[in-house]
Amino acid sequence: MINTDLLISLSLIIVSGLLSFSLAKGRARLYLVNNEPLRSMPIYHGLYVSLWGMLPSLFLLFLFLLFKSNILSALVIPYISDTTRELGSDEIIYVKNFLINNISNLKTLIDSEFLTIDKAKSLSDKYSFGRIILFSLIFILSVISSIASFKSLSVRFDARRKVENIFQFIFFLFSTMAVLTTMGIIFSLIFETLRFFSQVSFFEFVFGTHWSPQTAIREDQVGSSGSFGAIPLFTGTLLITSVAMLIAAPLGLYSAIFLSQYAKPRTRDLLKPILEILAGIPTVVYGFFAALTVGPFVRSCGEYLGLTVATESALAAGAVMGVMIIPYVSSLSDDVMSAVPVSLRDGSLALGATKAETVSKVIFPAALPGIVSALLLAVSRAIGETMIVVMAAGLAANLTANPLSAVTTVTVQIVTLLVGDQEFDSPKTLAAFALGLMLFVITLILNIFAMIIVRKYRERYE
Amino acid sequence: MSSNNFKKRHRAEKRFKAYGLISLVTAAIMLIVIIGSMIYKSIPAFTNYTLDLEVNMVSQSLDTDIEEINYRGIVRDSFFSLFPEVQDRSEKRKLSKLISSSAGYSLRDFIIENPTYGNKKFYFSVLFTDDSDLFYKGYVDVYLPEDERRLDNQEIFWLTKLQSRGRVESKISRNLFLNGDSREPEVAGFYGATIGSLITIFVTLVLSFPIGVITAIYLENFAIKNRITDFIEVNINNLAAVPSIIFGLLGLAVFINFFGMPRSVPLVGGLVLSLMTLPTIIITTRSSLQSVPPSIREAALAMGASEMQVVFQHLLPAALPGIFTGAIIGLARAFGESAPLLLIGMVAFIVDIPASINDPATALPVQIYLWADSPERAFVAKTSAATLILIGLLIVINLVAVILRKRYEVKW
Repeated sequence: MINTDLLISLSLIIVSGLLSFSLAKGRARLYLVNNEPLRSMPIYHGLYVSLWGMLPSLFLLFLFLLFKSNILSALVIPYISDTTRELGSDEIIYVKNFLINNISNLKTLIDSEFLTIDKAKSLSDKYSFGRIILFSLIFILSVISSIASFKSLSVRFDARRKVENIFQFIFFLFSTMAVLTTMGIIFSLIFETLRFFSQVSFFEFVFGTHWSPQTAIREDQVGSSGSFGAIPLFTGTLLITSVAMLIAAPLGLYSAIFLSQYAKPRTRDLLKPILEILAGIPTVVYGFFAALTVGPFVRSCGEYLGLTVATESALAAGAVMGVMIIPYVSSLSDDVMSAVPVSLRDGSLALGATKAETVSKVIFPAALPGIVSALLLAVSRAIGETMIVVMAAGLAANLTANPLSAVTTVTVQIVTLLVGDQEFDSPKTLAAFALGLMLFVITLILNIFAMIIVRKYRERYE
Repeated sequence: MSSNNFKKRHRAEKRFKAYGLISLVTAAIMLIVIIGSMIYKSIPAFTNYTLDLEVNMVSQSLDTDIEEINYRGIVRDSFFSLFPEVQDRSEKRKLSKLISSSAGYSLRDFIIENPTYGNKKFYFSVLFTDDSDLFYKGYVDVYLPEDERRLDNQEIFWLTKLQSRGRVESKISRNLFLNGDSREPEVAGFYGATIGSLITIFVTLVLSFPIGVITAIYLENFAIKNRITDFIEVNINNLAAVPSIIFGLLGLAVFINFFGMPRSVPLVGGLVLSLMTLPTIIITTRSSLQSVPPSIREAALAMGASEMQVVFQHLLPAALPGIFTGAIIGLARAFGESAPLLLIGMVAFIVDIPASINDPATALPVQIYLWADSPERAFVAKTSAATLILIGLLIVINLVAVILRKRYEVKW
């Protein structure tokens, strides 16, 4: 039923747009018929008027859609009866959603037990009144803005430039989407994090070594407050990331060296897709593989050697994550190594150095900043990786550096804290946003650092 | 002395080359192991053992509503009649657990579709439960002590007896491809999740493609270099490297909590994924616009075209194959993404097949995550089968991108 509102509004806007388009175009044609020197083609006259006619009302519609649910709940809330209110917040939300979903259906409203007939009728009246107001606002706005823009048309009117300017402005608005996204991320994370720190102290979060976010259901239960020391999460993330990088860095680098320096074109064509497919496998598949195959395998290997290994060991999760990151490291370092000037390489080879010597003593040092930044980007990716650790790493926060034991990571905790239905005020859910902010800041610093290094390095050879 | 040194250096050279080859081969082996283990583990999921059961509906009076009949009871009675020796109540209960609890529903659906069978005696094939199914497939080790397996000796005896009567046969599992999720492994399928994924990706495509391409065009051709456009560019580059789970947090805080959109729906999933895909599309579009030679642009400008006409009539058509390839690759990444979807609630247990952007749904990768968490052994095979389908779909999507590029790419 809300969708029909949207359809009606949209068709109102489109119809008025088409109408003003053809009117303006027809008028511009008249100039042509009378052999007057028209500056822009008639189609631009039409576009100019119809764009001016449609944009303001589209904007209004957009605003309405953004705040639709807020408006509807403001409309509905006075109609929630006192008996419902006494039943608690869950019941209120249920009734609210019921009323919102059925607001256009008077019969359902009357039949439901939540409203008396009078109240149902009054709610339904208010709703239809609101709809009419919305539609007429949209229509009037279209008409007024069309007429206003129609008045500025004339023979010498440069409609094309105006239309192009409007389009350019729309393009600019589109391009701010990326900024809006970043701002959305930063503000939502900071806002929820501040709420979290109003309940849990900042020092406990950053320096605490005990993490058990389970808040008790009853007030008097032991440990009802939960504890939010994030150190074990960060050490766990660090541990798994280190394991992953220990695997990905050498394998990725040597793969890149082989592909770019040694492989003949045919071998290259044959081997490169392997890395591309590895890069294209969804992380959930890696996670499943880690949990199902690698975890038990590492465990039984450890038992064979007489070690105690957890099934969800950091080693298993880290190893699989390392495999996932190999193509990332290799493609980035391939790029930076091939950016090293050929003259350096040729000079070294001409002096009689072997390829290996050239790579390790000339190309590698020259490309080192780029390789460092490639590794930083890979680390940032490993830190933010979620599915592998959610499926293959543990849930319990252990403060340990032993890769054979189970540790948990920041991303695992974010997922565990937020999956499932939760109220939005408990420190438990808010903690996820604090962790998210930390994750965002850390990866951002790594990325910016990597970008600065790359920029400096590029300048050196340009 | 010097020839010795020479040999040493060449040994080092060979070693170095070997390290490179070994790394690549390791990567290749890992790839083969991953795909191979998925294929191997998924084999049991593609077939189902069914029992040809003689169902007796003769006693049903014609005037009862066909939707009201106790189909479950009919199936159970027919099944019990195969074992007349079992009379004990608790044994009967154990016996009835050998065939799937879905059998009654499928009989009901069959009768509603073919009402003429409503008072006949006919053969109807019913599914076994996951444990019996795994036994027939040979995944139950009968030599284990009785208390360590899922089926005890009595149940295994019954199942063998059924098989010796020739009533049991293996069929391609239609449920796997045509059903939504279910708590019963023998009934669960990934069709619902695949549809959910497709709807989500559709939303992502509709939102991120136009916005991404237009942003790229603006930044590449219209934007005057100033602080604002610099800021936008830095933002885009940073967004490309933000962990995907952060986008999930954004979706939860902004779309669900602030704007009050519903949980678990493809609309929100698509919104979140399109924000995630946007940087990829912008970056690839920009690079394919850059690859169009400047002579084209200059020629058009010299003929009196406006900047807008140059872009839309000359640059964009020339860059379109590259743009499509980039968009497809971005969408393929979104298709395999699951972390942000977990946070916005697309991880619920959903049986129904979603039909619109506002129906609760899950996505194929999330379905894999859900099944991987299930304790039943039969779900391991289902999960592996779903990962194969996911990888297969991604390969198809990427192949389309490669073909598009090969076919329409213009070499300047």
